[in-house]
Amino acid sequence: MKLHEYQAKEVLASYGVPVPEGRVTHFPYDAWMVSMELGLPVVLKAQVLTGGRGKAGGVKLAKTSDEARDIAQELFGKKLVTKQTGPQGVIVRKLLVEKAADIDRELYFSIVVDRTTSKPTVIASKRGGMSIEEVAEQYPEDIIKIPIDPAVGFLPYQIRRLKYDLELTAQEKEAAKIFSALYQAFSEKDCSLLELNPLVVLKSGHLLAVDAKMDIDENALYRRRDISRMRDLTESDPDELEARFSGLNFIKLPGNIGCMVNGAGLAMTTMDVIKLAGGEPANFLDVGGEATPETIAKGFEIITRDPKVKAIFINIFGGIVRCDKVANGIIQALKTVEVKIPVVIRLTGMNKEEGMEILKKAPMQFYIAEDLREAAKMVSDLSNNKNNETEKKPAEKAKAGKKEK
Amino acid sequence: MAVCVYRTSRVVVQGITGKEGRYHALACRDYGTKVVAGVTPGKGGMDVEGIPVYNTMEEAVQNNHPNVSLIFVPPPFAADAILEAVGSGIKTIVCITEGIPVLDMVKVKRVIEKENVTLIGPNCPGIITPGATKIGIMPGHIFKRGSVGIISRSGTLLYETADQITKAGLGQSTCVGIGGDPIIGTDYIYWLERFEQDPETEAVMMVGEIGGNAEEKAAEYVKNHMKKPVFAFIAGRTAPPGRRMGHAGAIIMGKSGTAEYKYEVLRASGVHTIENPGYIGETIYKTLKEEYSL
Repeated sequence: MKLHEYQAKEVLASYGVPVPEGRVTHFPYDAWMVSMELGLPVVLKAQVLTGGRGKAGGVKLAKTSDEARDIAQELFGKKLVTKQTGPQGVIVRKLLVEKAADIDRELYFSIVVDRTTSKPTVIASKRGGMSIEEVAEQYPEDIIKIPIDPAVGFLPYQIRRLKYDLELTAQEKEAAKIFSALYQAFSEKDCSLLELNPLVVLKSGHLLAVDAKMDIDENALYRRRDISRMRDLTESDPDELEARFSGLNFIKLPGNIGCMVNGAGLAMTTMDVIKLAGGEPANFLDVGGEATPETIAKGFEIITRDPKVKAIFINIFGGIVRCDKVANGIIQALKTVEVKIPVVIRLTGMNKEEGMEILKKAPMQFYIAEDLREAAKMVSDLSNNKNNETEKKPAEKAKAGKKEK
Repeated sequence: MAVCVYRTSRVVVQGITGKEGRYHALACRDYGTKVVAGVTPGKGGMDVEGIPVYNTMEEAVQNNHPNVSLIFVPPPFAADAILEAVGSGIKTIVCITEGIPVLDMVKVKRVIEKENVTLIGPNCPGIITPGATKIGIMPGHIFKRGSVGIISRSGTLLYETADQITKAGLGQSTCVGIGGDPIIGTDYIYWLERFEQDPETEAVMMVGEIGGNAEEKAAEYVKNHMKKPVFAFIAGRTAPPGRRMGHAGAIIMGKSGTAEYKYEVLRASGVHTIENPGYIGETIYKTLKEEYSL
C-alpha cells in the first residue's frame, strides 16, 4: 500500500525526522490561507499515488499567496499523466502546501528489502533530486549500498560510514539521529520502500526531508492498523477495490477479452497466451483458491461492466478447487448476472470429467475448449468477430447467459 | 532416485486441525505420503483420522520422528511456525502459507541459512515426487513419474506445465513450487544443482515469472554448471509495469525483471526458451527427441 507524501511525512515526523512545515488542502482558497500562515514562498505538491509527478507538472513554487491560489486552482482536478499512470492519468484531489526550503544541496536516501540478499538495504547518494535510476546509470560510483542484518539493526559504524560518504561531518549528531530514526520507522511500520529524494542540507546547515515516499507491505497491514487507516480509497480504481473486498485480485487492462483464472501465475499466462493468439486481455483476474458461485458472479459482474469487453475466457486448473464445484459455480453465477457476450471455458485438473458433464447439461451455452491453445484462439477470434470454424458450437452463436429453457 | 523428498520421507503437518491443513494432510496420505504427525497448539492429544496431534513440534519430533514439515499455519503465525520447525531439528520445511509479511521472512531467511535448512516456499504449492510422495496441495493425478524435473514460482502454472508434459507422453522426476513471494527459502539454483546430480532427471523445466532477478541468476548457473537440457517459460509478458500481478514478487520495476529481458538472458545462456505457454509439453518432447535423442 502506497502512502501519500503528506502521510509519509506525518509518520516520519513522529519518529523525529525533520520535515517541512505544511498542510494538506482541498480547495484553492485553502492554499491561499495556508500560504499566508506558513510564510512565502511556498511549494504546492499534488498528492497522487504515483511517481514522476514533478515532471508531469504536479509540483510548483508560488512566490505570492495569489499565485498559490491560482496554481491550486489550476492543479485541482487536473489529470496528471506520468510514466507510471498510463494515458488515463490520475486526478489531483489534494495539494500539500509547504514552506519552501532554502536548499544548499540535495541527497538521496532510501531503504528497501533487497530480494537478492534478503536483507533490508540502505541506498544513499550525494546526488539527490534526480531519479536514482539515472544516478545509477551516470554516476554508479556515487551510490552507496549498505545491507542491514535484521538481527542487529542499522549499526553505528554503518551510520558513520554513510555520514562520511554523504559529507555530513558538520551535521554529525543530527544525521546519525535521523538515519537511525529512518531505519526504525522502516522496520516498525513494515515498509517495503522508504525513500527520501531529496533529503536536503539547508543553507542553515540542518537536514530536512523535503520529499518522502513510503510503501507498506500489504501482508503486514493486519498489525499496522494506524497505517491501514490511511488508505486513500479515492486513489484506487473502483472496480479493483470492489474486487478486493470480494477476495478477488483484479487489475484492469486496455483490451477486450475478460479473463477469469485461478492462480496468479496462470492468470498472467492466460493474458500472455491471449495476446499470442491475436487477442487483447481486458484484465488480470485471479479468483484465488476458492472459486465459489459468489466470487465467480462478482467476477462476471466486474468484467462485463467494461463495455469494451467482447468475450470472456474462464481458465481454471482444478487443484484445491474441484472442477465440478467450479462448473456449478459458473452456472449459479450466470443465473444471477446477465452475460450477453460469448464465454469460453477451459476447465481441467481435479474432477474435470464431472465438471464438463455439468457444463454440457447447463441451461446456457458456452464455448468449451480442451487446452490453453485452443481456448486462446477461440476467445481471440470471438473478440475479433471472426466467425471461423474454431468454435465447437458454430451453430449456436454466443448465447451464454440467456436464461431460457 | 528423485530430489529432496522420497517415499521414505516422514511428514509432520503444522496447522493440521485447520480446514486446509486437515484436507491436504489427508490428501497427501491418500497419495501415499507418510504423514506421521500433526501440530496445532492447544489441540494436543487429538487425532486427525488416526494422525496424532501435538501441541509442540518438539513433542511431534520425539514421538513420531518426522523429517519434513508441511506448514498451513495462518500468515501472522507462519514465520514462527517455520522457526519452531527449525528449532525442533527439521531440515526440510514446506510452507504453503500465502501472505507472510516480508520483514518476518527476512528474519526467517537469516535463521534457515545459518541452520542449513531447506525451506520450500512460502506461498507455494509444495513438492511432489510422482508415484512416491506428495508434500503439498497439488492435484496428484496430473503428475506421472518420468524424467523431467520442474521448478516453478507459481502453483497453478506448475500444474499446467506438468499436465502438458504428462500429456506429451513424458513424466516428471520431482516437481517443486518455490513460491511467489519476494523472499523465498530456495531459488532455482538450489534445485538446478540437485536435478543435475539426480540420475533420474534428464531435463529441467523452469517456470518463471516477471519481477526480481532469480531467472537471470539461474541462467548464469545453467551456463556454467548444467549439462542437462534446461527449458524455461516466463509468465507475465503482457503485464503492465509497476503493478503487482497477484504474487507479491511479480512486479516489474524498471528495465530488469521484464519477460523480454529474462528470455534474452536465458537464451544467451543456452536455455531452451518456450515463449508460447500452449506449447510447453510439445516443445520439451520434440526437443528431447530430436536434439538429445532421449
